[in-house]
Amino acid sequence: MTAPRVALAAALVALVTVPLWVPGDYYISVCSQILIYAVFALGIDVLIGYAGLVSLGHAGLFGLASYTVAVCLAAGVGHVAAIAAALVVTLAGTAVFAGLSLRATGIGFIMITLALGQIMWGLAYRWVSITGGDNGITVPGRPAPFGLRLDAPSHFYYATLAVFLLTVVATWVFVHSPFGASLKGTRDQPRRMTALGYHVWLIRFYACMFSGLLTAIAGILFVYYAEFISPPTVQLTSSAEGVLMAISGGSGTLLGPIVGSILVEIVKNVASAYIARWNMMLGAIFVAIVIFMPEGLVPGTTRLVRRALKLRGPIPAGAPAPTTAAAEPAPGEPAP
Amino acid sequence: MTALSIRKLEKSFGGLRVTRGVDLAIQPGERRLIIGPNGAGKTTLFNLVTGELRPDTGSVALFDQELTRLPARRRAHLGLSRTYQIITLFPKDTLLRNVTLSLLGLSPLRWNPLLRLERQRHLIEQAEHALARVGLGHLAHRPLAETSYGERRRVEIAMALAQNPRVLLLDEPFAGLSVDERRDVKTLLFGIPRDVTIVMIEHDMDVALDFAERISVMHFGEVVVEGTRAEVVADPRTKEIYFGE
Repeated sequence: MTAPRVALAAALVALVTVPLWVPGDYYISVCSQILIYAVFALGIDVLIGYAGLVSLGHAGLFGLASYTVAVCLAAGVGHVAAIAAALVVTLAGTAVFAGLSLRATGIGFIMITLALGQIMWGLAYRWVSITGGDNGITVPGRPAPFGLRLDAPSHFYYATLAVFLLTVVATWVFVHSPFGASLKGTRDQPRRMTALGYHVWLIRFYACMFSGLLTAIAGILFVYYAEFISPPTVQLTSSAEGVLMAISGGSGTLLGPIVGSILVEIVKNVASAYIARWNMMLGAIFVAIVIFMPEGLVPGTTRLVRRALKLRGPIPAGAPAPTTAAAEPAPGEPAP
Repeated sequence: MTALSIRKLEKSFGGLRVTRGVDLAIQPGERRLIIGPNGAGKTTLFNLVTGELRPDTGSVALFDQELTRLPARRRAHLGLSRTYQIITLFPKDTLLRNVTLSLLGLSPLRWNPLLRLERQRHLIEQAEHALARVGLGHLAHRPLAETSYGERRRVEIAMALAQNPRVLLLDEPFAGLSVDERRDVKTLLFGIPRDVTIVMIEHDMDVALDFAERISVMHFGEVVVEGTRAEVVADPRTKEIYFGE
């Protein structure tokens, strides 16, 4: 078994046993929150890391999913219909977001998504008859899939974990597919990709839709987690937090946004209980990451580990020579 | 039937006319060289042909199929391929991935979000074959960033050839190459079969004049001289452009 597979197995065991070794319901709920925001950050990372598009409006889509579930449930609609409606409405919203914002790239894209996100926040805040304005909407309860009630923090955690794992696998498949390769190509050389026959705009549009799907899933999980939704969830700082999660952990990697969400959520929910100025601490951590690991925690740590392994020096004299195919010269290269 | 037909092509950037009524008719299988001093509008002409720039007036046709209003991506699907004067590749990826991306561009597979790209053996084998064709098969798994300038030039050509183009536009393929690298690229270009029509912009006359059957000399956005090598060299306007009065 290779080292990455051992690490993956260990991580899975750790995740599955969280309710056994994490003390108390509060911290189990924090773990659920970490998983929800990891899905949110993964959605943002599909755009930042794989499409080269930084969105500051994703909290608007996150909130759209949450509000749709909350409004549907408040109107007496069942959970399945409410979730389906949230997915449809959020994907429709994403299509509008993408259609408008993909008219530009770079700073232009950032500013358009920011504006669209602020429009969503404005609607959440001012469209009181639907959203409840400042008072928000309270969700009457969590669903009970297959008769399993999700009221207990550990039960909700397992439901969240299942959805989280599905989204991670889906994202892995997506980024390793031919479409994922096309998307990365449009990030690196859009002009060349066009000359090679790719429809760059449409590739970016589909990437936005996949990102919107992940964001919708995170928004649905969140509204059931908090059992409440109000305008602060939709505001700009929520979008910025998602972007920071993706960038601090390492954009363009699957593990990066997950690590970023662990970092941000622990500082927000755990360190904030002990440190009054936790925002300052979070800022200091980001500054340190930018200085020492500008590529993010996951790629930065990988780089340091590789360097440490190189510093271990050459194989000592007398050690057996490698006998694998790697020792043989490649075709066209001189024999050693 | 002409392979590439350009008629009365005009392009201006503000008050600057960079392409002035260019007419070119390139026959199937022909090797055409386009020369001219810097700023003559050679690369702009390529950009107009490939669709990266929209002409103000005039038309472009590929094997009698009108291209002028088609987006650039559609032209690649019709058999028009190009290389760039400034190498435009994917430096984070391996040579194999670069060429695979080129093949994927013309394949419906590019829209598939479910399969694993690494498991598409037919694509990978085609990419390996394209790299072997330009003498880079042994470097297939090396990141592009770890290759020499000359090798990158050959990757550009491999990417263009991998798409089985009917017309190949080469924008200064010998620029920045050492003597040995020029020899390798020259051998490579001479080996391209005649079913591919080639239009090349080049400043290196020693290499390019051997290669081309007909030559077009551009100056201030116009084709001022056109003919065989002997005709172009003998034309006083060519001497005037390159050596002055």
